[in-house]
Amino acid sequence: MQASDRFNINSQLEHLQAKYVGTGHADLTRFEWAVNIQRDSYASYIGHYPMLAYFAIAENESIGRERYNFMQKMLLPCGLPPERDED
Amino acid sequence: MDAIDAELARAQEERRKMEEALAAGAPMAVSSVTFDTDLYGGGGADPNRFAGYDTSIPASEDDAAEDDAEAAANPAPRRLASYTGHAIAAADLPRSADDDGPPKGAPRIIDREDDYRRRRLNQIISPERHDPFAAGEATPDPSVRTYADVMRDAALQKKKEDLLREIAKKKKEEEERDRERKAAAPEQPAAAATTKRRNRWDQSQDGDAAAGAKKAKTSSDWDAPDATPGIGRWDATPGRVGDATPSVRRNRWDETPTPGRMADADATPAAGGATPGATPSGAWDATPKLPGGVTPTPGKKQRSRWDETPASMGSATPGGLGAATPAGYTPGPTPFGAENLATPTPSQIARGPMTPEQYQLMRWERDIEERNRPLTDEELDTMFPQEGYKILEPPASYQPIRTPARKLLATPTPMGTPLYAIPEENRGQQFDVPKELQGGLPMMKPEDYQYFGTLLNEEEEEQLSPEEQKERKIMKLLLKVKNGTPPQRKTALRQLTDKAREFGAGPLFNKILPLLMQPTLEDQERHLLVKVIDRVLYKLDELVRPFVHKILVVIEPLLIDEDYYARVEGREIISNLSKAAGLATMIAAMRPDIDNIDEYVRNTTARAFSVVASALGIPALLPFLKAVCQSKKSWQARHTGIKIIQQIAILMGCAVLPHLKSLVEIIEHGLSDENQKVRTITALSLAALAEAAAPYGIESFDTVLKPLWKGIRSHRGKVLAAFLKAIGFIIPLMDALYASYYTKEVMQVLIREFQSPDEEMKKIVLKVVKQCVSTEGVEADYIRNDILPEFFKHFWVRRMALDRRNYKQLVETTVEMANKVGVADIVGRIVEDLKDESEPYRRMVMETIEKVVANLGASDIDARLEELLIDGILYAFQEQTSDDANVMLNGFGAVVNALGQRVKPYLPQICGTIKWRLNNKSAKVRQQAADLISRIAIVMKQCQEEQLMGHLGVVLYEYLGEEYPEVLGSILGALKAIVNVIGMTKMTPPIKDLLPRLTPILKNRHEKVQENCIDLVGRIADRGAEFVPAREWMRICFELLEMLKAHKKGIRRATVNTFGYIAKAIGPQDVLATLLNNLKVQERQNRVCTTVAIAIVAETCSPFTVLPALMNEYRVPELNVQNGVLKSLSFLFEYIGEMGKDYIYAVTPLLEDALMDRDLVHRQTAASAVKHMALGVAGLGCEDALVHLLNYVWPNIFETSPHVINAVMEAIEGMRVALGPAVILNYCLQGLFHPARKVREVYWKIYNSLYIGAQDALVAAYPALEDDGDNIFSRLELAVFI
Repeated sequence: MQASDRFNINSQLEHLQAKYVGTGHADLTRFEWAVNIQRDSYASYIGHYPMLAYFAIAENESIGRERYNFMQKMLLPCGLPPERDED
Repeated sequence: MDAIDAELARAQEERRKMEEALAAGAPMAVSSVTFDTDLYGGGGADPNRFAGYDTSIPASEDDAAEDDAEAAANPAPRRLASYTGHAIAAADLPRSADDDGPPKGAPRIIDREDDYRRRRLNQIISPERHDPFAAGEATPDPSVRTYADVMRDAALQKKKEDLLREIAKKKKEEEERDRERKAAAPEQPAAAATTKRRNRWDQSQDGDAAAGAKKAKTSSDWDAPDATPGIGRWDATPGRVGDATPSVRRNRWDETPTPGRMADADATPAAGGATPGATPSGAWDATPKLPGGVTPTPGKKQRSRWDETPASMGSATPGGLGAATPAGYTPGPTPFGAENLATPTPSQIARGPMTPEQYQLMRWERDIEERNRPLTDEELDTMFPQEGYKILEPPASYQPIRTPARKLLATPTPMGTPLYAIPEENRGQQFDVPKELQGGLPMMKPEDYQYFGTLLNEEEEEQLSPEEQKERKIMKLLLKVKNGTPPQRKTALRQLTDKAREFGAGPLFNKILPLLMQPTLEDQERHLLVKVIDRVLYKLDELVRPFVHKILVVIEPLLIDEDYYARVEGREIISNLSKAAGLATMIAAMRPDIDNIDEYVRNTTARAFSVVASALGIPALLPFLKAVCQSKKSWQARHTGIKIIQQIAILMGCAVLPHLKSLVEIIEHGLSDENQKVRTITALSLAALAEAAAPYGIESFDTVLKPLWKGIRSHRGKVLAAFLKAIGFIIPLMDALYASYYTKEVMQVLIREFQSPDEEMKKIVLKVVKQCVSTEGVEADYIRNDILPEFFKHFWVRRMALDRRNYKQLVETTVEMANKVGVADIVGRIVEDLKDESEPYRRMVMETIEKVVANLGASDIDARLEELLIDGILYAFQEQTSDDANVMLNGFGAVVNALGQRVKPYLPQICGTIKWRLNNKSAKVRQQAADLISRIAIVMKQCQEEQLMGHLGVVLYEYLGEEYPEVLGSILGALKAIVNVIGMTKMTPPIKDLLPRLTPILKNRHEKVQENCIDLVGRIADRGAEFVPAREWMRICFELLEMLKAHKKGIRRATVNTFGYIAKAIGPQDVLATLLNNLKVQERQNRVCTTVAIAIVAETCSPFTVLPALMNEYRVPELNVQNGVLKSLSFLFEYIGEMGKDYIYAVTPLLEDALMDRDLVHRQTAASAVKHMALGVAGLGCEDALVHLLNYVWPNIFETSPHVINAVMEAIEGMRVALGPAVILNYCLQGLFHPARKVREVYWKIYNSLYIGAQDALVAAYPALEDDGDNIFSRLELAVFI
């Protein structure tokens, strides 16, 4: 940890990661970041009712179904994680 | 030369005269000889000589929690306005160790501890124990101590104690018989008195089993089981059963060694018997009747007296609490005191290695010697000029002082330590400079040598075994933590933490824990060592299991420390320990202590258990507690179990509610226990539970109501008090109907107990009455008719005002009653007492009236009562002699304010009094008179007595020459109050006369004067600036600059505000010029305040009047000035908020320049200016300028200086608000996956704060990622389009 970090919020990076799931760090992979983006997006769609309504009309589904679908998609939004090469 | 001779002759003549006078016994002798009163005390007749000592011992022990709260709220006596507080108040304040005695270094913990707390040194650090979790199925090695071993030992110990007690009892009986035979000793009546009293409290079964020592303790103290510190004090004098009045003084100084005294020496924890390890409770060895018991040899007696002589020489007076024979020269049963103390050699000094106390004393001794050594001729030659002095022959009668004791101690090798010897005396050596140890280790204090001595051996590290090397390493680190400089300490602490698992639990704790038992430990050192344990615990986790008990032995005493922070620290450690070791291990470690014979051990264990409960949850502990509380084996176990529950309630407060029912069920049988102590503690625990649960949970107490009810009818004495307390706390939880019923029932008992002479009973009764009265459903009429008469008869007596706790409780209870029955009833009853002849009593009356009237107003008070009241307060106010708490003043203010316009007829009289008192000789009286004016100014206005106020204004104006700063401050405060009320135009003396008079007062450096003066000047500048010529205001401006140096923030704030008012009145130019000039000064605080003032001037006079000059000032090529300008800009934009949008373009070039400056501080300050600017103009259409500035801010993200990087990050956060997160995200994207980790780290840091700040808004701005094989990264939903 750098000397400068000791005084600000990043001094508790672990704590931060635990509290805000979507926060990142220098070793985050492209895949992990993409997953976060996707989940945030779905959460946002679900959270804004007009968005949900918009998607429902476009896909000709009920709003509840849309919400359910989005939630399901949050499980593995980008498919299975890629194989790790090392460690 | 002749002149000198003549002078010498005259001096000699004078001295001879004085000597003659002395010889003749002239009365002037004593007073005319001056000597250092600090060291030698104030002569024989000084009444304050024993002011620091306890004159009485608190009777109560049971409400420790209350004490805790008090101690927390009232951390130190330093808050007192003066040191001349009246004795009653002073006696109750917690004393700090440095009040008396010679000036010492850091305060040692042991010096402020009482005997009870000092018992911690009796505990032994037990060997480590078997950890069944780690061992798995394997049978434990016979060499390790298992739980079974410990329990067996405990049982044996108990048996042994029983046996000893039995012996003691026999002896006592024999002696009783002897005494009966002899009969009619002169002190017989006194002895009878004690036994009588003892019988009253100790009627139960266990009482007679107790030995004399125990008896003296329980009989004289209220609530032994619940004992906090006080109890132990009785231990100090266990031997004197026949001696009814143990004199404190004798105890301390021990002038006459009585036989009782010899037993005494053994009873003090330090002296600790022959084998310290075997008997943790020294008190029991001290069988009070000497002949058979300990058989001290005459040699021993002698030694114990002689030992103390050098001690008191070294440290003049053994300070504070330490005075109670602080361990003399024997280290007590700490594990290292290995030598056989039971066979002392006649010559103390020739004995083996010295104990830490001795070292300490030696150190003082040496220090004093060094300072007081006679000057040599050479030294004198260098000090005095060559001419004008003459060396005289010493008179023939002169005999140099030769103190044998001092000589003895001055010899260089008083102790034959193999490790350390006091070096040869060397006059030239600087003793103040500590000797450096090799390897950058910090200085070692003498008392550290026994722990760290091996570090001095200059062995080759390579030759040591790995184990030894490790040990050495740990010792080095610990020494650095304990004695090192802060940076050393920090790195050492970190190393200890990081390598904790590598070092292993055993070696670590074996080194740390003995250090904590060191008797000379100071607060700071203990704090550091405890911190080490905490850190190490965290790392070691389950490896600590075998050491749990060891750690507890050292940490538990912290739980009863008088220092609040020590208690918190102790709780934290035990909580962490229980989380690391787990419940099973904790219980296994502490179970044997639950029925320990030593009350101290049980007390601390109970407290520790409550901490475990709060750490691991009450439900986890419930089954265990249930078993303990029902223990058939010993009442001690039951007692401790119930006490644990009490402590849980105190510690956890309303968090007990979910488990209330089970907790009550566990202890309810204790109410009918055969042992009286168990019954008492049960009732107290119920009280604590009810207090914690209030106002909920009555249903949980259903089952105990009946036994409690029966109890208060069948019990007497302290059990009754405890039961009453329980009822008192349960009643407020009830429904109105029940509460009323129960109150009426319990009130009969309470009223009976009103007349109890016992202090503790009094306190509890008051508390219970308060609880009952405040409960809904208790009718005013009932209180008025049934309670009030008896209550006032028994409690409103002078004696109650003398003890501070009684006083407080009585006032609270009476106020509570007034809330029910109204003002008139209560005030009517006590108003006459305002003229009582006892001042403390008058003060108590006044405080009650003040609180009642402030709560309920004065509308109830009729004309007659009003007259009496005013008359009374005037009398009480005038008659007061000492009042540090301002009770009279507050009372007067409260009554006058409550009466409002009804005071009008009395105002002339009041003002007359004030005027007369303003002229008093005593400063305190003048101050109070002035303070009173500021309290009643508003009411005077209400009564339209403006003329009177004007008159007072003139009077006060005349007193502005006051020389006592406290009084002057009050006078200014009074003037301020009058000006505030009657306004600038009507003020007499007119403002134009008043203000010039205030200008010189601004120079006064006293805080109170400064504060009141600046407030008054600021007020005038704000409201009446036009009455004063501009030149005067400029003069004031210069004075104000000095004010910016003030320590108190309030003064500095008032000053900068005043700058604003003045600037508004006379225009900003001149003020600004003054302020800008002030930016060149050196002091940082002064510059900072100046920048604030500039910003305020800009805010009050509009920024455009100030900005040009300010920005022009930036051209001055001087670091401080430029930074000052930037800082002013930062404050300016902070204050003007959205008004900033008009100025942002004007200052952008300046900020550009600053953000590109080489100097870090420039960039930092500019960044914070940018932050405030961005936050101010968010949403006002200044994005172009902001983006431009962001481009200058952004390159600074790689700065490492903490202040700069913080400012930069905050500027970026500000930009996020003003520009929207999408912009910042786009700045971020370039670096999130940068090949260099350092870069990535910084960018992710920015990303994270961005994400936390605007998670949702980022969704729209995330980049479109390309799919990667099976993984789909694109967000198809965003392409949906209707």
